[in-house]
Amino acid sequence: METMLAFFTDVSWSPYVVGIGIGILSWLSFLISGKPIATSTTFARAGGMIEQMIKGEKVAERAYYKKIKLQINWQWMLVLGVVIGSFLSAILSGDFKVGVWVPSLWVSAFGDSAFLRVIVAIAGGIILGFGARFAGGCTSGHGISGTLQLAVSSWISAIFFFIGGIITAHIIFYFIA
Amino acid sequence: METKKQSAENATVTDYIADKRPLLFGLGFGILFGFLLHKGGVTKYDVIVGQLLLTDFTVVKIMLSAVVTGMIGIYFMKSLGWIKLSLKSGSVGMNIIGALIFGVGFAVLGYCPGTIAGAIGNGYLDAIVGGLAGILLGTWIFAIMYPKLKDGILQKGEFGDITIPRLLKVNDWVVVLPVAALIILLLVWIQNAGL
Repeated sequence: METMLAFFTDVSWSPYVVGIGIGILSWLSFLISGKPIATSTTFARAGGMIEQMIKGEKVAERAYYKKIKLQINWQWMLVLGVVIGSFLSAILSGDFKVGVWVPSLWVSAFGDSAFLRVIVAIAGGIILGFGARFAGGCTSGHGISGTLQLAVSSWISAIFFFIGGIITAHIIFYFIA
Repeated sequence: METKKQSAENATVTDYIADKRPLLFGLGFGILFGFLLHKGGVTKYDVIVGQLLLTDFTVVKIMLSAVVTGMIGIYFMKSLGWIKLSLKSGSVGMNIIGALIFGVGFAVLGYCPGTIAGAIGNGYLDAIVGGLAGILLGTWIFAIMYPKLKDGILQKGEFGDITIPRLLKVNDWVVVLPVAALIILLLVWIQNAGL
């Protein structure tokens, strides 16, 4: 019982255990919900819903929102669940962060200014969100769910996610810093 | 008449619940996924950027073991007729240009759309205030530009929603088994190299 409990209160598990867990989760998600695990369309929906609250119903007429439909659906709930699941694991393992604005790797290269980190995070988020919808998926939809189905679009995307990411990270940490 | 009305009302209530059930499953899968992402350490900027700097291979270890596990099970269930694949159609424009843009954002932000949800649950404020706002803005800009992009670059070199076995015109398992073997070999190599 105690070891069982320790398993859940551990801050981290072996990456292989986590990966196999996500793989099994993908079986269940296909079998029960008939859907692959994916997240990035939800951000596009959420953005459209926020715009709809400000500007009204006509926002839904935009071609892209007609395509993805502005409603709370299965994937929307999945993304909400990710926040909750991570929160539960963090709380159980005493790893929930309070007041952390700047990650330590960032501090080592660029100092501890929260303002700088937030500005860069917003810029990165804009590029990431745009790129995710451009590519039709992200690290979960293409990178895990698509590659495990052997989709050609997803293998190409996953490879180029990392090519773009590895080059950019090296530029940021070895040239700019 | 009364009972008929009653049963009609019951039907709408059951329909309503049946309608919401997929949402509850979505929430449940999300909770498990988020729990695993945190336990894997990938709700943290340092771990994700460490992967892109090639100093920490946690992300690759998680992704490859998820893919090998998922792939074998999914193709097994597909061969039994239990499930259907759900494939994204693609094009050179989408999956090379789009993915490179994504990669740049991935490194600048240090989270991706799934892991940022996890980072928010983990309490990281740069994820909540910076990253989430940025992603919402970025997807919104895409939605505005979509009418121009969809008949242009997104269509360049379109190849549809095919799988590697279909592209090669072979039986699924002719691809699944060698890919599984290669991924396992790669993981063993990464582990032995001390990465």
